[in-house]
Amino acid sequence: MSELHSLPHGPKRPAAAVLEPLREPVGAAGHRVIALVGPPNSGKTTLFNRLTGLRQKVANYPGVTVDYHVGQMILNSKTLDVVDLPGVYSLTPRSEDEQVTHNILHGMTDGMRKPDAVLLVLDATNLSRHLMLAAPILAMGIPTLILLNMADELRRRGGDVDTEALANQLGAPVARISAASGEGLEVIRGFLAGTVALPRPVELPILGSVPACRQWAGSMSRAAGYQSPNAPVWTRRLDALFLHPIAGPLIFLVVMVLVFQSIFVVAQPLMDGVEALIASSGEFVRALLPNEWLQSLVVDGVWSGVGSVVVFLPQILILFAFLGVLEDSGYLARAAVISDRTMARVGLQGKSFIPLLSAYACAIPAIMATRTIESKRDRFATILIAPFMTCSARLPVYTLIIAAFLPDREILGKFLGLRALALMGLYLLGFLAAVATAWVLNSSVMKAKKRLFTMELPPYRWPTWQSIGLRLLDRSKVFLRRAGTVILAVSIGLWALASLPLVDGHAPPIEDSLAGTLGRTVEPVIRPLGFDWRIGIGLVTSLAAREVIVGTLGTIYGIEGGDESSMGLQQALRQNLDLPGAIALLVFFAFAMQCLSTLAVVRRETGGWKFPAYQFAYMTGLAFISAYLANHITRFLMG
Amino acid sequence: MQAAFNGNGALPLALSELREGEKGVLESLDLPEEFASRLMELGFIPGHSVAAGKTAPGGDPRIFRVDGSEIALRRETCSHILIRAHA
Repeated sequence: MSELHSLPHGPKRPAAAVLEPLREPVGAAGHRVIALVGPPNSGKTTLFNRLTGLRQKVANYPGVTVDYHVGQMILNSKTLDVVDLPGVYSLTPRSEDEQVTHNILHGMTDGMRKPDAVLLVLDATNLSRHLMLAAPILAMGIPTLILLNMADELRRRGGDVDTEALANQLGAPVARISAASGEGLEVIRGFLAGTVALPRPVELPILGSVPACRQWAGSMSRAAGYQSPNAPVWTRRLDALFLHPIAGPLIFLVVMVLVFQSIFVVAQPLMDGVEALIASSGEFVRALLPNEWLQSLVVDGVWSGVGSVVVFLPQILILFAFLGVLEDSGYLARAAVISDRTMARVGLQGKSFIPLLSAYACAIPAIMATRTIESKRDRFATILIAPFMTCSARLPVYTLIIAAFLPDREILGKFLGLRALALMGLYLLGFLAAVATAWVLNSSVMKAKKRLFTMELPPYRWPTWQSIGLRLLDRSKVFLRRAGTVILAVSIGLWALASLPLVDGHAPPIEDSLAGTLGRTVEPVIRPLGFDWRIGIGLVTSLAAREVIVGTLGTIYGIEGGDESSMGLQQALRQNLDLPGAIALLVFFAFAMQCLSTLAVVRRETGGWKFPAYQFAYMTGLAFISAYLANHITRFLMG
Repeated sequence: MQAAFNGNGALPLALSELREGEKGVLESLDLPEEFASRLMELGFIPGHSVAAGKTAPGGDPRIFRVDGSEIALRRETCSHILIRAHA
């Protein structure tokens, strides 16, 4: 039986005011700590965003917060640290993310003091079960405010609860809120400031087992006159459709096609706009600069390098908007259930599906999201294959090459174009590589053992503009920061390499420059793949991050073209790469491990260099062999 | 967990045998302690009622309504959960 009360404090609660003055002085970093605790999908992260104004990923499936996040709120001109913790069903840690919560609440995390107050966030629509968590939390003796979240949904679905009666039963203040709409949040500030009346503390029983805990929770909610809400009618109706044996998978396919098509069709005018803006601002800046060298550095180096990557911002935002809606609405939890059977065949499970899908945005949060997978073996297998999923950094590379080499032809009328189809094919290619790798792992070094799969299906909810908007804002910042740091640095460095050594006081032809020498050094290795030295330079720089190749090519062609011709990047590419080479390049990018940040996260999550080293060798080896085959097979087919 | 014979006398059957729309009362979880505790936290507590809901396309996993939530479980797991069917 699980031990729920493993705490030295015992069940008695102090009656002291919340956040009384500290006895010992603490430094500037020693702000008072407020912890947000609650079961998975109870709305902690939405509340966290409301309280701190920080962007923090929220979705409508259990297990979004897998590391803890700290934000700050100001209360009576004092700064408080608000900590958003991964969801837990109990204080008995069984998975990696539950361990994080357990350690922070017990003050066992380095650099994080034990919380001064707890906001216990429970789903009001499922109160009887969620109240189970109240017993071990209240027993810790930390001042606690119990928040019954989604109170608006409870009311709408005909449920009710007497918060005052519940507060008296538990000996802790209870309030109804809706984190999504912001309803009732004043009470939190009141509680922290000590202006909310606290009920008299009560003796809580020590509960040794889950059934005993559940029984206690049931008696508490009964005493508070809790009326559970009616079944979510719309959720049932939608599930009848989305989980339908035929309609379900079909709808999934249609949604995917829609995403890929809109990446091209909807994003195009926006991208053209951004591109025109960058080109005209570049010429404007050129006119302002006094000397030729500065003009070359700023306009041909930085502007074409950074600009050619920034152009892809609209596409990335569209992808994230779609993923955000899928997540927040609750559809992803269904997708996990639908995919479990297929995933089990290759030794994975439905819970692996959500990290893998979010790896379509970026492998880094995906690898961190694997912490919700209880089985260590499944978790590591998921980490190993996640970078095969087509992340958004590949998108600029793919769309550039596709747009340069494939005509804009309609396949199924207006609904599906050739370019969108090619893009879908590349996404499928990455997915197949991931599945095949999982299968190989399962039938060789990492055999799957028997484990439990459980997935809670939340009701469908409307995604809020606030949540999606914050996420897009956050993504834009990350993307532009990378363009402003990594890609800027590479562009400047590359410009220098491409302009040296000087010949008669002038920049040499690019083939004879240092960058050209570098490219020609690697050329013999990549020639069999159909790439020339220019692509070679791009491959070297893209080891830092995939999209850097686009900026690199932008800089190379920018310098080569000089100021007399602003030949488009696509056009320039077509001069140096033929169709077989282009296909090989796409295949190479689909498989190769070109992301230092991902390798660093894999090292952290797996606790050593072993896994990232294998991963790098395997993925890059596979990329090389596959690109070689793609180049030669296409050449053979084309005669 | 000791079975309490206060049901309607129906023979125990596995949760996996429940068809969509049918209900039963949970009797015991014949699973390792770690799995059983997790399932109980999710609402699969002996004595509670459970209703079978939709099934994923392909027949696995299955979705159950238990204690106010909808939880998906694999058939294999369900075959180790014993229930008494409602009359």
